[in-house]
Amino acid sequence: MNLVEVRGLKVHFPIRRGLFFDRTIGHVKAVDGVDFDLEHGKTYGLVGESGCGKSTLGRAILRLIEPTAGSVIFDGVDIAGLQGEKLRKARKRMQMIFQDPLSSLDPRQNIESIITEGIDAHDLLDSRKQSRARIVELLEAVGLSAAALRRYPHEFSGGQRQRIGIARALAVEPDLIVADEPVSALDVSVQAQVVNLLEKLQDSLNLTFLVIAHDLAVVRHISDTVGVMYLGALVEEASSDDLYAEPLHPYTRSLMSAVPVPDPDVEDRRERILLPGDLPSPANPPSGCRFHTRCPWRQPERCDTEIPELRVLRPTHKVACHYAEQIEAGTIRPKSADEVAADQGVYVAATGGLDAKDLLDAGKDMPLPQQGF
Amino acid sequence: MAPLLEVENLSVTFGRKGTRKVQAVDGLTFTVANGQTVGLVGESGCGKSVTSLAIMGLLPSRGVTVSGDVRLEGRSLLGLPQRQLRDLRGSEMAMIFQDPLSSLNPVVPIGIQVTEVLVRHRKLKADAARKEAVDLLDRVGIPDPTRRLKEYPHQLSGGMRQRALIAMALACSPKLLLADEPTTALDVTIQAQILELLKALVVESGTALLMITHDLGVVAGLCDRVNVLYSGRVIESAERRELFGHGRHPYTAGLLASVPRLDSPRGAPLLPIRGSARDTIPWTEGCAFAPRCDNVIDACIGRPPELTDVDGSHQLRCCNPTTVRPVEVLG
Amino acid sequence: MSVDLGKSLGKEPASQPGKGLGPDLGKKDRIDRLAALTATGPDEAGVSLTRDAFRRLRRNPVAIFGAFLVLIFVFVAVFAPWLAPKDPKTLYLIAEVRPNNIPGSQAGFPLGVDNLGRDELSRLILGSQQSLLIGIVSTLMGLTAGMALGILAGGLGGRVDTVVMRFVDIMLSIPGLLMAITVALLLGFNPFSIMVAIAVTQIPIFARLLRGSMLAQRNSDYAVASRCLGVPASKIIFGHVLPNSVSPVIVQATLSLATAIIEAAALSFLGLGNADRSIPEWGSMLADAQDFLTVRPELAFYPCICIVIAALGFTLLGESLREALDPKFRR
Ligand SMILES: Nc1ncnc2c1ncn2[C@@H]1O[C@H](COP(=O)(O)OP(=O)(O)OP(=O)(O)O)[C@@H](O)[C@H]1O
Ligand SMILES: Nc1ncnc2c1ncn2[C@@H]1O[C@H](COP(=O)(O)OP(=O)(O)O)[C@@H](O)[C@H]1O
Ligand code: SF4
Ligand code: SF4
Ligand SMILES: [Mg+2]
Ligand SMILES: [Mg+2]
Repeated sequence: MNLVEVRGLKVHFPIRRGLFFDRTIGHVKAVDGVDFDLEHGKTYGLVGESGCGKSTLGRAILRLIEPTAGSVIFDGVDIAGLQGEKLRKARKRMQMIFQDPLSSLDPRQNIESIITEGIDAHDLLDSRKQSRARIVELLEAVGLSAAALRRYPHEFSGGQRQRIGIARALAVEPDLIVADEPVSALDVSVQAQVVNLLEKLQDSLNLTFLVIAHDLAVVRHISDTVGVMYLGALVEEASSDDLYAEPLHPYTRSLMSAVPVPDPDVEDRRERILLPGDLPSPANPPSGCRFHTRCPWRQPERCDTEIPELRVLRPTHKVACHYAEQIEAGTIRPKSADEVAADQGVYVAATGGLDAKDLLDAGKDMPLPQQGF
Repeated sequence: MAPLLEVENLSVTFGRKGTRKVQAVDGLTFTVANGQTVGLVGESGCGKSVTSLAIMGLLPSRGVTVSGDVRLEGRSLLGLPQRQLRDLRGSEMAMIFQDPLSSLNPVVPIGIQVTEVLVRHRKLKADAARKEAVDLLDRVGIPDPTRRLKEYPHQLSGGMRQRALIAMALACSPKLLLADEPTTALDVTIQAQILELLKALVVESGTALLMITHDLGVVAGLCDRVNVLYSGRVIESAERRELFGHGRHPYTAGLLASVPRLDSPRGAPLLPIRGSARDTIPWTEGCAFAPRCDNVIDACIGRPPELTDVDGSHQLRCCNPTTVRPVEVLG
Repeated sequence: MSVDLGKSLGKEPASQPGKGLGPDLGKKDRIDRLAALTATGPDEAGVSLTRDAFRRLRRNPVAIFGAFLVLIFVFVAVFAPWLAPKDPKTLYLIAEVRPNNIPGSQAGFPLGVDNLGRDELSRLILGSQQSLLIGIVSTLMGLTAGMALGILAGGLGGRVDTVVMRFVDIMLSIPGLLMAITVALLLGFNPFSIMVAIAVTQIPIFARLLRGSMLAQRNSDYAVASRCLGVPASKIIFGHVLPNSVSPVIVQATLSLATAIIEAAALSFLGLGNADRSIPEWGSMLADAQDFLTVRPELAFYPCICIVIAALGFTLLGESLREALDPKFRR
């Protein structure tokens, strides 16, 4: 059963310029047509390079950013169409965990009022006493003691802050939790604590997780299904085991071969598939297959002009590549990174067609579109 | 032959009179031989960056107490006047940082920044320097270097900036290159590019590399020798195969057990180290790792454990190390 | 779906030192002893940011000195009628004033008299009242109006923000003195018009400052988290965004008190102040004294010193407040 069905979701940020009247001179296509389902009680992992649109996608699903197009069906209701009080009420069922545990907690509030906030917003409990008991229960569930109640966020370590963030999310009894890089700001030795905690909470509360992370090993460990994003679109989706056993998309392959493993023998044996260059600008994505500027398997014509659909190759495995079968069978051979770079003629910089300054300006003090609290 | 870099009993304490002292580095000892790649691994706050700044002589002069010794080719660096240090930096040793943007001058094109280094340290003429700069950028894999020379740092991507910094660091073929988390801010695919580049450059130029990172995976593929730091001290030091195969300190073992691996079967639970790096005691009171250690015994408290040789070049600072891991893991 | 947490959730072992630590009980008290040594014990009571800031403020000698000056100033102003040895309006020694001689320090008149034979000391003491009153009232008026505009712009954003900020920009582009003279001409020559004039020049500063920091805070993670929890917009703005945005405004208000005192004196000096010149005011005293600079320069010197000391007190206090409230400086 699917808790969430995302269909054709797009988020385009306008790039504005001008002194008095902001002219829109283009769009950053942060998320550009994404379809996927979140199964009830399961974890969906989303990986991809920085700037490929993972966080934007996660926030658009929660309606923290206004989607440009598409629908997010949450338990039968299209979240993308909700307004005002209806939307506010709906928020109770979906929560978020943030990357930076310190900046996601109001520094001026103590832990008790941070966690009570959601309970108050939805009138979940009547009396102060009840809610105090509930908060202590929540804190214990995430591994903190009641002594934390009167203390302030800056007095905790990173891992403890992340636990507080998790307790805050749990306070409103959500069904869906979107965790945006939940462990990447934590120390290595503490990451495992939080990963284990999330897994335990999922089991006991039957939560559905969307975990966004750039660390493939963590995502693989925690997810049932993994989606790989590149420049605002999904390029591959498969069950965690399948994906890591047989990555089919060239991007996924190189991504996996790039992850360092703490084992000298593996490191010495491994063949890295090095990609040339950087992520192109989402303001001006390449034509055809968006990966063709860096793809070692790229074939002439079709890859440059025709956009590959995310198609079902096996029951639990979807790929967006024209030549997935041939690549798997080994009938197309990859080129080296240098050859690919030479092939492309010009070097493909991170800034793509637009001047870097445009992007800097675009990101600077642009409010999120029609955000309105 | 004396090693290229010797750090002996280095301690760095922050804090002016009246404020609370922070002991960032606490009796750190390690060496780097000529052409060797040495890793310095540890969690954030364990003193990695401060160590590298101390070696480069870049710590602020006020409010910081440095003791111990840092020797480059037998010559002590700690007492040197700033002018001589400045000459050494760039020519004998160079450094690259985690955040390449903030270590480049934002209003000067990178070409000028690279040629400046060449003109100052290698005394090249402007023309020759420009040619050399193009060569350098080409060597670190920046495509179309002639055009790139005119661009400003903000026009380059993170990976390109890091390459530009590496080019500047290598401009004078230093004997020692310090890299403080050079790939932490980058994506995995870009990280792979930079690591390959560093590996190739080190082999090609014979430069010794001190690689500072929190990522055990990065160290496993790159370093000849690894020093694991905890709370400002080396707690275990060994050749990389020895360390990853037979690491015996409970902290090293704990770190390895707590990170999920891409190549191991899924479903195995992670075994975290409890508590956080904040839960530590001063080394003078015993083992700093004791509050988090499963192996803690009476001997761990009261007196700090010494760094002792366990076998060959493997050094360990622990009273009750974990037993050697069975060899079948390697098969 | 409502899940009884107590039943369905096991209790995660607490991650604090000394709690749930140690595999067996025998080690427990030893570890407790260790935990007691750790830098951040779990037992100390929570310290809010504000209290933490005040702690640091109290330890800063500059802040203490600034506060001391401010206290003296306020004390003198409040108790001026009792502190002043003589009546400030009585022309005691008018008979002895000559065009080329003003009586200096003498018994009963420690600082001498002014050009009309009034006691200089008493006039200085009572003058503090005008300065304090104008400073506080004008800053309060500027602060209130500026914050209202700032909240409007920073809280609502979008089109409201654009309109409000254009209005504020226009206010900012009118030279302060021109504005002050216009206001004084419109409202007449009295202290109130000076207050309004100074307040009007301060409004855009406060508005811009608050709006800027509110916009930044509005997109911060914790505001997003509250939105995600379904907390109503007004509660987010007044409960989270505003409290986290006011520190720069508070600092600016303290500094503005200093400028307001100087501006009040300047406007009185230019004759825009109280039409009744017998009421002592530092600015007008300075203006009166300038005709007698050759005869008795001290008469210009005394009010100057008073203005400088009062302004200095607020400036020092404001600057150290800025330091104390800056999270960068927190331990
Ligand atoms: N408010 C905004 N205005 C304009 N562009 C934006 C905005 N937010 C995000 N973007 C752009 O959208 C793209 C996707 O951003 P997003 O934050 O979703 O990436 P991400 O995959 O989460 O990256 P990371 O791994 O760094 O968190 C980026 O190019 C980013 O610059
Ligand atoms: N300028 C400074 N003033 C005070 N303390 C500092 C300063 N720089 C670093 N420290 C402290 O020194 C310790 C080690 O820091 P650092 O070497 O940066 O850690 P890392 O291992 O993450 O690089 C930390 O506790 C840090 O807070
Ligand atoms: S469609 Fe072509 S360019 Fe795209 S991934 Fe497949 S082979 Fe590479
Ligand atoms: S010395 Fe003792 S406390 Fe420290 S790591 Fe070894 S066993 Fe653990
Ligand atoms: Mg993100
Ligand atoms: Mg560091």
